[in-house]
Amino acid sequence: MTLLLVALGLLVASGTAALLCRRSPRAANLIGAGGAAAACALGLIPAVVGLGGGEAKFDLAWPVPGGSLSLAIDPLTAFFLLPLFALCGLAAVYGAGYLGGRPGRRSPGAPWFFFNWLVAGMVVVVTARNAVLFLLAWEVMSLASYFLVTHEDERPEVREAGWTYLVATHFGNACLIALFALLGPRSLDFADFAPAAPAGLLFVLALIGFGTKAGFVPLHVWLPEAHPAAPSHVSAVMSGVMIKMGIYGLLRTLTWLGPPPLWWGGLLIGIGAASGLFAVLFALAQGDLKRLLAYSSVENTSIIALGLGVGLVGLHTGTPGVAILGFAGALLHVWTHALGKGLLFLGAGAVLHATGTREMDRLGGLSRSMPLTSATFLVGAAAVAGLPPLSGFFSEFLILYGAVQHAGLHSLAAMVALALMSGLAAAVFVRAFGSVFLGAARDGTVRGAHDPGAAMRAPLAILAPALLVLGLATPVLVPALAPVVEQLVSLPAQRDLDAASAPLAVVVLGSVVLMALVALIAGGRRLLLAGRTVGSAVTWDCGYAHPTARMQYTASSFAQPLTALFGPVLRTRETADAPRGLFPDAVSFATRTPDAVRERVWRPLFAHVSGALHAMHRLQHGRLHLYVISIALTLVVLLLWRLS
Amino acid sequence: MNSWIDAVLVLITLTSLVLLGASRLGTSIRMVALQGVLLSPLPLLLAGPSGFGPRAAMLAVATVLIKGLGFPWLMARAVRGGSQRREMDPRVGYNASLLAGVLLMVVAFLLSSRLPLPPGEGTPLVLPVALFNILAGMFVIASRRQAITQVLGYLVMENGIYVFGVGIASHQPLLVELGILLDVFAAVFVMGIVIFHMGRELDHTDTDRLTLLNDWQKEKE
Repeated sequence: MTLLLVALGLLVASGTAALLCRRSPRAANLIGAGGAAAACALGLIPAVVGLGGGEAKFDLAWPVPGGSLSLAIDPLTAFFLLPLFALCGLAAVYGAGYLGGRPGRRSPGAPWFFFNWLVAGMVVVVTARNAVLFLLAWEVMSLASYFLVTHEDERPEVREAGWTYLVATHFGNACLIALFALLGPRSLDFADFAPAAPAGLLFVLALIGFGTKAGFVPLHVWLPEAHPAAPSHVSAVMSGVMIKMGIYGLLRTLTWLGPPPLWWGGLLIGIGAASGLFAVLFALAQGDLKRLLAYSSVENTSIIALGLGVGLVGLHTGTPGVAILGFAGALLHVWTHALGKGLLFLGAGAVLHATGTREMDRLGGLSRSMPLTSATFLVGAAAVAGLPPLSGFFSEFLILYGAVQHAGLHSLAAMVALALMSGLAAAVFVRAFGSVFLGAARDGTVRGAHDPGAAMRAPLAILAPALLVLGLATPVLVPALAPVVEQLVSLPAQRDLDAASAPLAVVVLGSVVLMALVALIAGGRRLLLAGRTVGSAVTWDCGYAHPTARMQYTASSFAQPLTALFGPVLRTRETADAPRGLFPDAVSFATRTPDAVRERVWRPLFAHVSGALHAMHRLQHGRLHLYVISIALTLVVLLLWRLS
Repeated sequence: MNSWIDAVLVLITLTSLVLLGASRLGTSIRMVALQGVLLSPLPLLLAGPSGFGPRAAMLAVATVLIKGLGFPWLMARAVRGGSQRREMDPRVGYNASLLAGVLLMVVAFLLSSRLPLPPGEGTPLVLPVALFNILAGMFVIASRRQAITQVLGYLVMENGIYVFGVGIASHQPLLVELGILLDVFAAVFVMGIVIFHMGRELDHTDTDRLTLLNDWQKEKE
């Protein structure tokens, strides 16, 4: 616990110091990133210890009404602390290269200040054992990330994204305040909660409040805006860890609410299925790499929601196997997605850094000029898309394995949705990887691209093998999750998890054999080609004399069959200037897929609210004397009324 | 003793009335200064023979220094910074303002007749005079356009509160009284500086035209 407190202190101190270093951007960068990385390294120790089941506590009186400074590490907290510290530390190292590599811009002090506060806020969120402290940390986390999203506030679309995020996050916060007020009318300490309202209402409040942060459709609207706007290492932290705070909150709330009725699980499965399919389709239609990753994040939290839903259904029906596997799958997916999506955002940042664009239709062929970024992106994509032997496959497998054991409509829906999502997610990442890294550069600006500097390379080179190890070690890891799962289901989980890890081992073994085969074939090919000249020529061009790189299959064309199929949902807008005549001039074609929920639900809703409130503007006329007269009149009338 | 208190209170009321009818900024400032000086013996008189100590004396001296000398000096300086010498085009004319002042006095007496005072505190005139000054100050703020007159209105209102304070709660600690004085001083100090610079930059201190600085109206245009 002491180490955790030291880490927290280090985060706050180094962030503040970086802010004060106005004179020297280099020093600010070094202090901010160094402090964050050191604190995260320190924090990993109590996290690992806590995962083993060791409980640590820290209590201090606090003069705030209802508040107490009580922090604790239990297995659930430690489970979330581990990816938090791992990813944030690596993102800090990456950020040092990302922010430091652009001299002449504004000082990196402010972004480091907010980054370190964001990390500290998240640490307190998962360790807090008092509602006031929790809400305070939650707000620190939300505000710090808001300022990070609006880092490049000279661009209007960034300011717009910032507003969207701020509104969405405070909408969620309002629900959370209501939730905790209803949970703790007697005491605001987590240990003494005595719910004063029906558990169903509390569950819905938690679902809205935490779901806004986790990004469940239709509350996801801030994600596709905020992630592309933020600097890449911040996107990685926000997508990898911060949205998981929503999942953490939901899990923590479930431990207070008692036995779940069937509809909770059904609702979560419904939300997971709807929001996952929605998000994966929109990911498929996006042309912006980081926006695609943001939609994929929504899809992955939906998979987690599906797992939780299966778990809750299992708890209700009294089938421990289903419950344990559902929760274990959801938890494993938290780790997978934290590391995988973190890696992908860092990789996307490297691409953006090298080429200056996020438009996939302009990129291409980067696997030759950026081999490291390309290889690590591939690993991350495979993990997030759920391909074996990476852990994304195993978490989805666990959820499906649990769902299969429960015969019912709920689990059937979960299985169908999960299968469809995995297929589409694979298409999403084939498209993303193929159009960015394979083929040839579609745009001249891309040609000079190269792998980033050492500070940005190192996190990529660490995260990718870590993901691979996480995947291969799943059969060992899943039984080790028993303390966390037991905390959630209040049932002995060790036996079921041990049983579940047997089929996982088979998959790992098969994958290893397959990988060895591939390596063997690749080695054989190299051996055969050794000593011979290898030439390269253009692919057959149908007799056309001058093929250019622009004629390649683009990301849009790859997705077209699927986007056409799901056209009614996506409503992609096409603006085309078709070729005319025998010798056509310049032509153009552009597609844009705005978020359906944003366009058709939130925008009209906010327009109505704004219109309804417009009448209030007349009260804000700015004429001081009228304000004073109204105050004076009110006072006099009140006095006369009360004194009569 | 009571006749002295009443005399001071009447004089304070008269200065407020003069302020309501004054068109020149110089006269208005002098009236507020006079009012500040008139306020100073109140703590001594109202405290009675028992409270006639260093506490009351200190408060009296501070009042003269800040309300009688400090504020008028700040205001006069602000007037010199701008080009305005008189209150131009008030929303309510000077004669009408005087009439309104009389009406406000009626309201003040009406209110105070219904407000029961703790026995043995001050004289029956304390409450109506305090209320009248508060209302008159508000009226000046609402009816004048010049920023400087509005600050003067604020001071008159504040003086009303001061009369109320020393009259009703003469036993409150010196620190509270001095703290309030310091607050007002800080506020007027800031306002004086703002008006001084406004007069230099904008060549007017017309608060109506200042509403153009408002944010959302600019958006609308």
